[in-house]
Amino acid sequence: MRDKSYQALVIGASAGGINAIASLLSGLSTRFTIPIMIVQHRLPVLNLFLTQYWDEAGIFQTKEADDKDSLQSGIAYIAPPNYHLLVEQDKTLSLSIDPKICYARPSIDVLFETASDAYQAHLIGVILTGANNDGTAGLRRIKAHGGLTIAQEPNTAEASTMPQSAINSGAIDKILPLTSIASFLNNLL
Amino acid sequence: MNTVETEQLEIKLLLEALYHRYGYDFRQYSQASIKRRVLHYLSKTNHDAISALIPSLLYDEKSFKSFLFCVSVTVTEMFRDPWFYDTLQKEVFPFLKTYPFINIWHAGCATGEEVYSLAILLKESNLYDRAHIYATDFNDRALQKAKDRIYPLERMKDYSTNYQKSGGKFSLSDYYHAQYDAVIFDAALQKNITFANHNLATDGVFSEMHLVLCRNVLIYFNRDLQNRVLSIFRDSLCYNGFLCLGSKETLDFSGVRNSFIEVARKERIYQHKNDRGRLER
Repeated sequence: MRDKSYQALVIGASAGGINAIASLLSGLSTRFTIPIMIVQHRLPVLNLFLTQYWDEAGIFQTKEADDKDSLQSGIAYIAPPNYHLLVEQDKTLSLSIDPKICYARPSIDVLFETASDAYQAHLIGVILTGANNDGTAGLRRIKAHGGLTIAQEPNTAEASTMPQSAINSGAIDKILPLTSIASFLNNLL
Repeated sequence: MNTVETEQLEIKLLLEALYHRYGYDFRQYSQASIKRRVLHYLSKTNHDAISALIPSLLYDEKSFKSFLFCVSVTVTEMFRDPWFYDTLQKEVFPFLKTYPFINIWHAGCATGEEVYSLAILLKESNLYDRAHIYATDFNDRALQKAKDRIYPLERMKDYSTNYQKSGGKFSLSDYYHAQYDAVIFDAALQKNITFANHNLATDGVFSEMHLVLCRNVLIYFNRDLQNRVLSIFRDSLCYNGFLCLGSKETLDFSGVRNSFIEVARKERIYQHKNDRGRLER
């Protein structure tokens, strides 16, 4: 691997993502101590259930992001329903109710692009199952800034469009089946 | 200096220039969203660098107006977070009923959807006639839309559902007339509303209020500006007056926390109690 330290992980998922994210989080080891930020497209009502479900799945504390949260290791921050989640240069989170992007709020691109500006080469971006192309623009930015980009192998995804779109754009460094992503990430740190 | 740092510098210079030229102060806005908005505006022009916007925006007031609209437009909806309106009626309205005259400030009202939501609920509780709502925003185009009371028909289905969940007593369609693909809300709802330009970043207190609503505006500001604005709200509110914030906004880390008690945590409703915090310092 390239000789550098990763400081944050961003994950984006849409259709089929609830189980995919639970599976990924449950595979991460206790050595994986960088902050995680997650955008999952969903209906607003599902949210409390989601945070709990993922909290139980992984060794991480899962938290719905609040305005101005400082990013801490060992916590997975979830974008709240109906808000975009953004990362500031000082590594705090902010929220916005700007218009939907690709019909989505929260938008994966908004998180990935702003996180990429804040962490530059020290960011890992993972795109999982989904039936649209949100995330592709964000992954291009992560790659352009020298970060690491990973896509779930489309034929292991419940919905293949989203990872396939990212792969087609040339923005992806590693294509991995869902079950291998966590162990790959564990070995990076 | 890499690209990201150069862009940060360009945005800083742009916002500084606009403040000195026009008095609009975006310098204490959250950087990440203002950058996205500036880049969005840039993509609609034929410039390719943020700094190239500076001369055109300084010299051409019309361009500046489009810029202003583009970087400040927020998306709101009627009865956003219905549970909030439900709690507002149950916890706050009974207090308001004890006053012969009620002053309400809806700060950052954008295109007015939430102002009319409040007006409807006040009407249904027989509070509207003794209320005056000051609905303010710094975006004149948004204020004009709010005054027009015209919204897309396609949104009404969602808004009706929200209205019912908010504890609305009748049918939302009682309050508007539909024509083609738009609806216009009743002029009677606007009778006690004053729409006015007010900029939270630069303007101050203008009257004593019993209720201040400012939802999903503070998320766009940095901590310093948030504290400035919250102090304005505290200084505007009478003793026992109420402050309502957006569902992801909080007083918890602010300088005015000790002047308020929490009335409803999830709904972010606070009541102005005392200035103990200030005296203790």
